[in-house]
Amino acid sequence: MSEAVLASDGDRSPVVTVERGQRAVFCGLTSIVWLHRKIQDAFFLVVGSRTCAHLLQSAAGVMIFAEPRFATAILQDRDLAGMADCHEELDRVVEELLSRRPEIKTLFLVGSCPSEVIKLDLNNAAGRLQTRYDGRVRMVAYSGSGIETTFTQGEDKCLAELVAANSGRTDRESPALIIAGTLSDIVEDQFQRIFDDLGIGPIAFLPARSGDTMPIAGPHTRVLLAQPYLTETAQALKGQGAKLLNAPFPLGAEGTLLWLKAAADEFGVTDSLFNEVTAAPLARAKQAVGYQREKLRGKRIAFLPDSQLELPLARFLARECDMNVESITTPFHDPQIMASELTLFGDHPDMIEGGDLETRLDHVRQLRPDLTVCGMGIANPLEAEGLRSKWSIELIFSPIQGFDQAGDLAGLFSRPLSRAAQLEV
Amino acid sequence: MELSLWTYEGPPHVGAIRIANSMRGVHLLLHAPQGDSYADLLFTMIERDNHRPPVTYTTFQARDLGSDTAELVLNSIHAAVEKHKPQVLLVGDSCTAELIQDQPGSLATSCGLSVPVVPIEMLAYSRKENWGAGETFYSLVRGLLQSRVPAPGTEPAPRGGQPPSVNLLGPSSLGFRCRDDVREITQLLAQMGVRVNVCAPLNASPGDLLRLPDADANVCLYPEIAGPSCDWLQRNFKQPTIKTVPIGVGATREFLAEVAETLGIEYAPDATDSRLPWYSRSVDSTYLTGKRVFVFGDATHVVAAARIAHEELAFEVVGMGTYSREQARAVRTAATELGLKALISDDYLEVERVISELQPELVLGTQMERHIAKRLGVPCAVISTPAHVQDYPARYSPQMGFEGANVIFDSWVHPLMMGLEEHLLAMFRDDFEFNDSAQPSHLAAEGVAKRSENTAVNDSIHSEDADAAAELTWDLNAERELRKIPFFVRGKAKRNTEKFAADTGVSVINVNTLYEAKAHYSR
Ligand code: SF4
Repeated sequence: MSEAVLASDGDRSPVVTVERGQRAVFCGLTSIVWLHRKIQDAFFLVVGSRTCAHLLQSAAGVMIFAEPRFATAILQDRDLAGMADCHEELDRVVEELLSRRPEIKTLFLVGSCPSEVIKLDLNNAAGRLQTRYDGRVRMVAYSGSGIETTFTQGEDKCLAELVAANSGRTDRESPALIIAGTLSDIVEDQFQRIFDDLGIGPIAFLPARSGDTMPIAGPHTRVLLAQPYLTETAQALKGQGAKLLNAPFPLGAEGTLLWLKAAADEFGVTDSLFNEVTAAPLARAKQAVGYQREKLRGKRIAFLPDSQLELPLARFLARECDMNVESITTPFHDPQIMASELTLFGDHPDMIEGGDLETRLDHVRQLRPDLTVCGMGIANPLEAEGLRSKWSIELIFSPIQGFDQAGDLAGLFSRPLSRAAQLEV
Repeated sequence: MELSLWTYEGPPHVGAIRIANSMRGVHLLLHAPQGDSYADLLFTMIERDNHRPPVTYTTFQARDLGSDTAELVLNSIHAAVEKHKPQVLLVGDSCTAELIQDQPGSLATSCGLSVPVVPIEMLAYSRKENWGAGETFYSLVRGLLQSRVPAPGTEPAPRGGQPPSVNLLGPSSLGFRCRDDVREITQLLAQMGVRVNVCAPLNASPGDLLRLPDADANVCLYPEIAGPSCDWLQRNFKQPTIKTVPIGVGATREFLAEVAETLGIEYAPDATDSRLPWYSRSVDSTYLTGKRVFVFGDATHVVAAARIAHEELAFEVVGMGTYSREQARAVRTAATELGLKALISDDYLEVERVISELQPELVLGTQMERHIAKRLGVPCAVISTPAHVQDYPARYSPQMGFEGANVIFDSWVHPLMMGLEEHLLAMFRDDFEFNDSAQPSHLAAEGVAKRSENTAVNDSIHSEDADAAAELTWDLNAERELRKIPFFVRGKAKRNTEKFAADTGVSVINVNTLYEAKAHYSR
């Protein structure tokens, strides 16, 4: 069932094993839940089934807004039996939607498993609709389907498509630095201030808060990934001549420092300026993480596959919080994007890519770690077996990157442990 | 294609998982892509189950589609049977798998498994969750009992000497308060000397389903789930179906009477069975008279709630409806009896539109209506699925039976009292000790932004009905007077006054117009 596919550089030789089998990770549609909060004038229209609509609303949980900026065009028997022309139907739905929501500037047509299985060409549809709504609404199609993408990969597909849609545009200046990957507004603002102080700029965030200010990469653009799941986006940016900087991800004091340093070195920032700008927030971050380290030191942790943040989080918890990382499974491993993380982590346990749900759960039961990072559906069952858990979707929705969130990030892991220690029932 | 923002029901296979998760010894093999495994969290997070639902997702990917997904199905079947050792294996498709037509049901029945296989057809593109649950339960009942159906003409064996017994059919995982309803109804039946033979699907095993024919009758507790099964058992095993759903004092008494009549035993109604009648008659409840309520949810709970609201609390039901087209008829009938036209829709924006037009003082609905009501600032109680984690309470809180009626009295009247408290605060808002910008404690921040005294006047008068307000103006004194009217009737007073002004050709509304309109509409 398993095949060893990758033995990486040098003496440490971490092994990444691909394991097939049953998976329990959300599909890429889920990323709409945070993407629509970020891109504030965009609407995400999934072309799919009632399942897709139900997934979105279950993942969005209690966030019921007056009228959400996402919806599903649910395929019906008539569409599948050929009684209705899917493209005409889609045009009708889009018209209904846009007449209701005239403020929408970008419409994402998001492909799902059903739309892909019936080979409904949404790129084609986006092109056709673009002609109709040109100058008013920008149409972008991408896939969030569960047969193509897991969870965070939905954002990768979305951003890669946004980059591709901008290719060849010259109407705006390319920024010197693009920070790619959704971050909370508060984290973006912190990074913006630090880059300003370092004299690096102009910088731009991808995705931007508005659909028509998405940065356009050029040959002088450098790219720093703020999220590790952006394989295709990184490729697309490189395809437009941008240079991808190698760095670990900005999780924890050390991760953030090295991430900023990669940019500082690239833009020729002097060491003294770099130290001057980062010294205070770095000290704050270390202090805040220090409080949590007391609670986390020596505790054993395992990662079940979920967000592709597994490796950077494990590195942070091992190096800055003195935790013992005993097992890492990740839905998808990109050795290039993770190169700096692997180097920094040093001796880490072998990793599983993919993972068979039952095998992985049995493995956790056998390890009995102090904490297991897992998807939302699995957390309570593990707790009921006496295993402490941290459901990882919170790691996607909370601001965790950067110096001033390093303590909060560690706190997300110490809280379940403190809670378990305090409860007497 | 149908544009959907929020849905009331999930897809039919989620209904199938609900049945599998209700039972013991049943496992569901679902041919589905990995993303469909989100369904786990409905059970483990909303219902706080302490285990994963018993479902194996084949989790096929795009790259499997070119090759042999059927082989993947077979491997998954064998792995699931090996791992979970179920007594019965349910096998079905989710929406995507339905399109690739691997027929996992026939694959499973023909691959020589030692476990009985029950294939289910989920019709993902025309049906929904409750139908899927009902259909799955029916498939299980029929699949397990078909070979035991007595030959036509056979008389049921006499059941000499045994106490009368019934089956409770329909309670399920992720249903509304099912756990507590079962306990309450079991208790009430025991008081009459009636034993529960089998309760299913909740906590039943396949072996229990095989014992269904032993009971004297079937109680169709939740028709959405149990309807088809009860009909089949009645046809094939001559078991009568007890159809009254015991929600509310009146319905519970009728239910017990129906049980007694069906089983040929005595039932003596007891006037002190529930506290609701007295609480409702006590003078403190006078203010409940004629409260305008809007009722929406699944058919079973809506029909029951409308009856309770009208007969047992003396509310005025101003609108009612259901998201379930399959069960629409029962709701239409009940609405007609109250002189209303039922709203049958699963478009929550339409439901919101109707609620804001009707301006009820209380909304009884689902999780969706709770959000709508919160936005409109109207008190609300949840009476039906879809529900959220707070509607799976730790305490005993049935909806059915006499204790259920007590629970309903408390949970419907409580939000109204909070509203009244807010009204008292509003009455004293000009008092120097009271601060108008204080938020009512039971309403979340959504939609009810803090505002200053002056803008509050303007907002409450000009925000809605922009068209009507465009031609009509309120003079300052009339605005002030309007502000003195309790908040929960203010909207209605404003609407009536503006309509009256428009009808009588008044363009500037003054205090007189306000009171003339009041007199006009109080006829
Ligand atoms: S896995 Fe596929 S069918 Fe299921 S919700 Fe995701 S896109 Fe829709």
